[in-house]
Order: sequence, then C-alpha cells, then structure tokens
Amino acid sequence: MSGYQTGVLVILCFNIIAAYAVYLPLAANQLNLGIAGFMAVGAYAAAWLTTELNWAIAPAVLVGGGASALVALVVATPILRTQGIYLALATFALGQVISAVFLNLEVVGAAAGYQVPAYAPAPAVFAATAAIVAVVFYLSRTRFALYLTALKNDATVSELLGLNVRALQIAAFAIGAAIAGIGGGLYAHHFSFIEAQHFNVALSITTVLYVLLGGTQTVWGPLVGALVYTLLPEVLRVGAGWRYVLFALFIIGFMAVRPRGLVTPDLGRRLGAMLMRRARPGKAVP
Amino acid sequence: MALLEVEGASVDYGRGRVLDDVSLSVGEGEIVTVLGANGAGKTTLLRAIAGATRLAAGRVTYDGAPLDGLSIGERLARGIVLVPEGRRILISLTIEENLLVGAHQRRDTAAVRKDIAAIYERFPNLAQRRHMAAWCLSGGEQQMLAIGRAIVARPRLMMLDEPSLGLSPLFVNTLFGLIVELNRGGLTVLLVEQNAGKALAIAHHATVIELGRVVVAGDPRALQADPRLREAYLGQGDDAAAGPIEPILQRGTGV
Repeated sequence: MSGYQTGVLVILCFNIIAAYAVYLPLAANQLNLGIAGFMAVGAYAAAWLTTELNWAIAPAVLVGGGASALVALVVATPILRTQGIYLALATFALGQVISAVFLNLEVVGAAAGYQVPAYAPAPAVFAATAAIVAVVFYLSRTRFALYLTALKNDATVSELLGLNVRALQIAAFAIGAAIAGIGGGLYAHHFSFIEAQHFNVALSITTVLYVLLGGTQTVWGPLVGALVYTLLPEVLRVGAGWRYVLFALFIIGFMAVRPRGLVTPDLGRRLGAMLMRRARPGKAVP
Repeated sequence: MALLEVEGASVDYGRGRVLDDVSLSVGEGEIVTVLGANGAGKTTLLRAIAGATRLAAGRVTYDGAPLDGLSIGERLARGIVLVPEGRRILISLTIEENLLVGAHQRRDTAAVRKDIAAIYERFPNLAQRRHMAAWCLSGGEQQMLAIGRAIVARPRLMMLDEPSLGLSPLFVNTLFGLIVELNRGGLTVLLVEQNAGKALAIAHHATVIELGRVVVAGDPRALQADPRLREAYLGQGDDAAAGPIEPILQRGTGV
C-alpha cells in the first residue's frame, strides 16, 4: 500500500469514527453539532496522559473516551432539556466553549498547540476503527437500539409505554461522546500534534452532513456516508481545481435522488430480496 | 374490593381545570366505560391513572395501595397498561418490534415469545407481516397491534382510549368482541369511548363526564334506556351504527 493510500484510509477511519459518534445520538433524534468539542476532550485528555504521565496509548485513549463521556453526562441534564433545533444550537455552543477552553489551557500548550510524542501507527488506527464499528453494529442488534428507534418514532408514546426516555437519551448522547473522544485520542497520537482550532465548527458540521448523506435509519448509513465523503473527492482529483465543485454537485445530486440518505431500511430489504432471488433462481420472490 | 379507585381526581392544565373532582371505581374483572364529548377530560383521566399527568388534587388507589408518586414505568410493572388514543403505533418499527417494545419490562424472554405467538395466532394479519414496517397496516390492524402491544405487557388493568375511533363498522364489531373476550379471560378494562351505544352494551358500569365533571354514573342499561340522559349526554344515540356520536359540546379536540 502506498503512503498516499494509507493516508486516505486513515482519514477514512477518523471520518467513520466521527460518523458513528454523531449517529448514536441522532438515532435518538438528537442532533449533536458539537461533536468536535467531544473529540477535543478525548484528544487532549489522552495526549496529556501519555505525554505527562507516560501512560501507554491504548489505556490513555480509552480514558480520553471516558472523559468525553463524562463531560457529556455532566452537560446532558441542561442540554437535553432542549429539543430539535434548540438542541442543535446548544451542542453547537458547547463545542465552541470546549474548543475555547483548550485554546487557553496552558498545560496543553494553549494556542501554540500540543506536541504528542507517543505514536499510534496506521494499523492501530485501522484496528481501533474496526473495533468501534463492531461495537456499534452489535449495539444496533440490542434492545437498546430498538428503544432508541421507538423514541425517535414517537417520544410521547414511548414514554406512555413506560420506556425511560430520559435515560435512553442521555445514554445515546454519552456513548456518542465516548466514541468521539476515542476518535480524538487516536487522532492526537497518529498525527503527533493537536491544536484547538482543528476541533472547530466545520469539523462538527461536515461530520453531520455525511452522516445525513449516508442515512440515519440504519447502522450502515454512517459507514457509507463516510466512505462516499472521503473517497469521492479523491476519485474526483481528475477534475483538478474543479474537484470540490464536482463534489458539491454530487452531494446535492445524491440528496435530491435519495433524500432520506443513501442507505435506507427499504434499500436493505430490496437488496436482500435480490440476493434471495439470485440464490434460488427457481423460486422467484414476488 | 375495587381494583382501581379514583377519588376526587382533579387536573389543571395551565390555569384551566380540565378534570374536576372525578371519582370512579373499577372492580376486578369488570368493564367500566367512561363516556363524554370531546374535551370532557376522558383522556386526561386515563393519563392521570397511567401516571403521565399529575393530579392537582385527589388520589388514585390500585390494588389497595395509593399510586402517588409512581412513574409510568412503575405503574406498568403493577399491570396498569394504556392503549393510547389514535393507536400510536411505532410506524418505522416492524410489527414484531412493536410487540417487543410493548414487552420491554419483562425479563422472561421465553414467555414473551409465547405471548407474541399467541397474538399472531389471534391476528393472522399481523403474523403474515411480522417483519414489515408497521405503517403498512390498515387502521384496524394498527388497533389490533396497539392492543397486542398492551397484552404482551401482561396487564391486569387495560385502559383503552377511544379504540373505535376511525375504524370501519366491521372492525368496530371485531374490536368490541375482542374486548369482551379479553375481559372474560380475567382482564379488567377501563374503556373511554365516544361510541356510546357499543360501549354501554358491553360495560358493567358507566360514568359520563362533561367539562371535567362526573354528571351521571351507574348501570349502563339504565343509562341506555333513559332517553333524557341519552339526549343530554350521549347525543342522539344510535347504538347500532358505528362511528362516533355527534358530541353536543365541542371544546377543541380531546385533550
């Protein structure tokens, strides 16, 4: 694998992790527009642990994810009181606040950024991404995911059915934050340098965009969204200076043709039926 | 002794009192119906019993113990299950997933499977489409699923909020047949209806509320036979036909 290919795959991995961090709360109808802030918490916490306390990378990254989840739990009570567009605004503001805190925090370099000597090579990033994807796919088959979908369908009736709506929302928010934190910690140790400005609004918003592009109704959506979002600009390099114009046109085209995302449950069923037909040509599925 | 006892229940929404000093009693194994026009406070009464709405005054006693301060989930665990108005099926979930959500408090997985199988046997239409999204169901089938979702929660008291609303006459008959069948199986039923004729025909006891207050309570046959009552509180009652009876008082939609 060339250096370029490895580089693209690593970016893809970080985008996939970020996508699932956004997807989990979104599965409970919460739009988190401050995901970059949670990545920053994980990145700085893990980097500080390996640099100042000489921790090994793996535990440091996990604790970074835990720190991010902890921040989510602390802010969940005030933030999850808001709904819809107001929740998006509140998380947006939170992301800004977190980024501003690190911009002024001297122990981790403040505005000058923070050097991270401990290095996580590409294969470690691949393995961690695979593990996160596996965990999210496992979660999607549990009752927890079923209840989140119920909540997304109709929060009022979910409450009448006795589901603990509040606890489910907080859990989805915190697990999403933990994934973002782990992604941030990996990022810090792969690129060996972090600065507060990296974890900005644009990062939060583009992540949400490609999750929406992939589709939020199935667990495959964020994966496909991240794939398309990462790889399409690379393919479009043939367009030279026009590639981002082409890319934007593609995105608009995708959203026009598939407004509920590239991957929908309906698409899954149709693919399933097609495979069945192919496997058993004699017995056509109506 | 009564399974459910509501004493002097009052509920305020904002500055208005939507339920005012309502008392009623539901004996174990009975069907009790609550009738009244839109906005009379019937839905509020059920929500208060289920724990979704707080009482401003009064109390609800269930199985000999007061329900004060218990959450919806805790009341559900004691067997109080509400089938909400308008079915409120979770439309993007499959039929089977809807039933699993209904059984979410139960840990006896094998018994849940058995209960779900029994529901499929009772409603073959649901069985055929168990893995399809619930939006593909007709209104009547959605109502069956809503009741199925309540059954898998193992209710002792099932509260139904206008289950016949918007259903075809054929389905209304099926529905009331099902309610009677469940009741004969030992289930206690609190039924809120606008289809007064049908509800009075199956109930052991009836209460009529108007603008949040109980105006008449008693034997459903007596209510049905009294033309003055029927005219005053139940509209120009036609008990044979389906469809809601024209309410006299229109105060917005059901709260």
